[in-house]
Amino acid sequence: MSENGIIQGEFFMNGDEACAEGAISAGCRFFAGYPITPATEVAERMSSRLPEVGGTYIQMEDEIASMNAILGASWAGVKAMTATSGPGFSLMMENLGLGVMLETPCVLVDVQRAGPSTGLPTAVGQGDMMQARWGSHGTYEIIAIVPNSPQEMFDLTITAFNLSEKYRVPVLIMSDEVVGHMSEKVVLRQTAPEELVERPRPTVPPEKYLPFQADEGLVPPMALAGEGYHFHATGLTHDERGYPAMNAAAQDRLARRLVDKIRLNKKDIIQYEEAWVDDAEVVVCAYGITARVARHAVQMARSEGIRAGMLRLITVWPFPEEHIRELAQKVRTFLVPEINYGQIVLEVERCACGEANTVLLPHMGGGVHHPQDILKAIKEAIQ
Amino acid sequence: MTDTAMADSQFTDHYLRVDRLPHIWCPGCGIGPTLGCFLRAIDRAELDADKVVVVSGIGCTGRAAGYVKLDSFHTTHGRAIPFATGLKLAKPDLKLVVFSGDGDLAAIGGNHLIHAGRRNIDMTVICVNNFNYGMTGGQMGPTTPLGARTSTSPYGNFDPPFNLPQLVAASGAAYVARWTVLHVRQLEKAIADGLTKPGFTFIEVIAPCHASYGRMNKLGQAVDHLHSYRKRCIVKNEADLRETEISLHGPIVVGKFVDTRRPTFGDRIDSMLHRAHDNKP
Repeated sequence: MSENGIIQGEFFMNGDEACAEGAISAGCRFFAGYPITPATEVAERMSSRLPEVGGTYIQMEDEIASMNAILGASWAGVKAMTATSGPGFSLMMENLGLGVMLETPCVLVDVQRAGPSTGLPTAVGQGDMMQARWGSHGTYEIIAIVPNSPQEMFDLTITAFNLSEKYRVPVLIMSDEVVGHMSEKVVLRQTAPEELVERPRPTVPPEKYLPFQADEGLVPPMALAGEGYHFHATGLTHDERGYPAMNAAAQDRLARRLVDKIRLNKKDIIQYEEAWVDDAEVVVCAYGITARVARHAVQMARSEGIRAGMLRLITVWPFPEEHIRELAQKVRTFLVPEINYGQIVLEVERCACGEANTVLLPHMGGGVHHPQDILKAIKEAIQ
Repeated sequence: MTDTAMADSQFTDHYLRVDRLPHIWCPGCGIGPTLGCFLRAIDRAELDADKVVVVSGIGCTGRAAGYVKLDSFHTTHGRAIPFATGLKLAKPDLKLVVFSGDGDLAAIGGNHLIHAGRRNIDMTVICVNNFNYGMTGGQMGPTTPLGARTSTSPYGNFDPPFNLPQLVAASGAAYVARWTVLHVRQLEKAIADGLTKPGFTFIEVIAPCHASYGRMNKLGQAVDHLHSYRKRCIVKNEADLRETEISLHGPIVVGKFVDTRRPTFGDRIDSMLHRAHDNKP
């Protein structure tokens, strides 16, 4: 451990714990949560670690309160996070929208389990992917990233905080039970100050400050509570002053900016990985734990001389639609295995636009795909 | 609007976004006087206005946050308290004031209310209780007296109300008072007391909603509500909180009910940090 309480070095730890360490390394000093399997270990780790680094942990009365508490903490100038799973994720949706509307940097981790409802609390699912995109009401864009290993739970949590600060938007880490609970080698490190992104801050005195006035970058500078700016922030549609503005023109201007600040910066936000796609007839498109299984299946296919490729989505929202469109010109089929009955496959199909076939390989949850099943589907796809 | 009389200015104007006036509240509404008491209490309590943060939820009273020239947040329905909790814990030198209505705080936000009391989070909650949901047109709520008519209790309310001082005191609040908007001096002092006292402080403000609740229960104009408060109110400091229930026409017990000292959540965090320093978990 270094002097400032940041742990460095190689450890054998699970994804949930690595996520907590990633948050601390990114400068997160506030966590509000509510116990829920399979995300509880994030909260447990934070309850032990935050006091060591001068941060605050609070266990709230429910996930609604947790989401609100991190929004409040963020407005006090402290990087804040919560972690949950399906039922809690559902409860957070309304105030995720408040976070979007108030342009509040924060990170929300969803360690997905099988649903609907209470479902299989201790077993894997990927059924919250569309909820991540559309779960709160109204018109908005969100950023969601999907780690597939404990190491990525660390690294991508840092990425999540950076994106959230840069774009002033809640960022979702759409993990899953297997990634959250599996233990692997994780390299923990201190994040260098130049690696960390901090929210834009006002450069004008309070009397000239307009809290929701953005320049061409579309992200307004953020004053913090207690600094003397005397600003107002409301979940109502508002103008640049932050004042409620109950008319269609203000709604158009605000909703457009909230969406465009993400949409127009997709190139900066979106990450993916691919392998063997150059000559591929079939590209397996997967994310999270399913991407690891799929990669194994694609390797098996390649060893049999089948021209299969792999596209692993790291950022799922905003969706890498241009890239799928380009690939669709080259490949015959997209095969989309996911631990639900078809969610991201809808996006792939939309972007493929009839230029390539799109095949869903669903798994209802409670376990991951068997690589042999994906291999079989690859073989069927090329026939 | 031609002959509407408006005061030129008031000494609390520097705490108001006067460019947002006129406000949305009906003439005679009890929220305005409550807001006035709060703004005067800021000075009375000698607070640094830069550190005062107002958080409100949804409803008529929730709009107060938008009229104060202080750092202020108009959050979602029922969630002002957990939002304020995050602000306070992340930046303990802030002075948190939750200004909201009875429906927002006691129905949809009821769970947060009792948990904030249990934790004794250092914040002041000003709860304007007008016995109904005014903004949506006067529906019954968690404080509507039995028998009262509202737009969703057309045969008389059969859904028993909360006795808010008893609820909040039982939750663990450090300070609990109730006044009406007739009692502006006592109310201002109670809010100032709440603002200066460490811990969770709760001031219930009985206020007229003559346009909805009053109209449906034939309680007259706003001024008639004030006359009725004069007749119905009994000042009883440290009252037995089993006797502070409010009925449609019965007595209203007002006063300072609870004023105690117990460790705040912040105090408990500090002592936990000392323990954490001495020996690891």
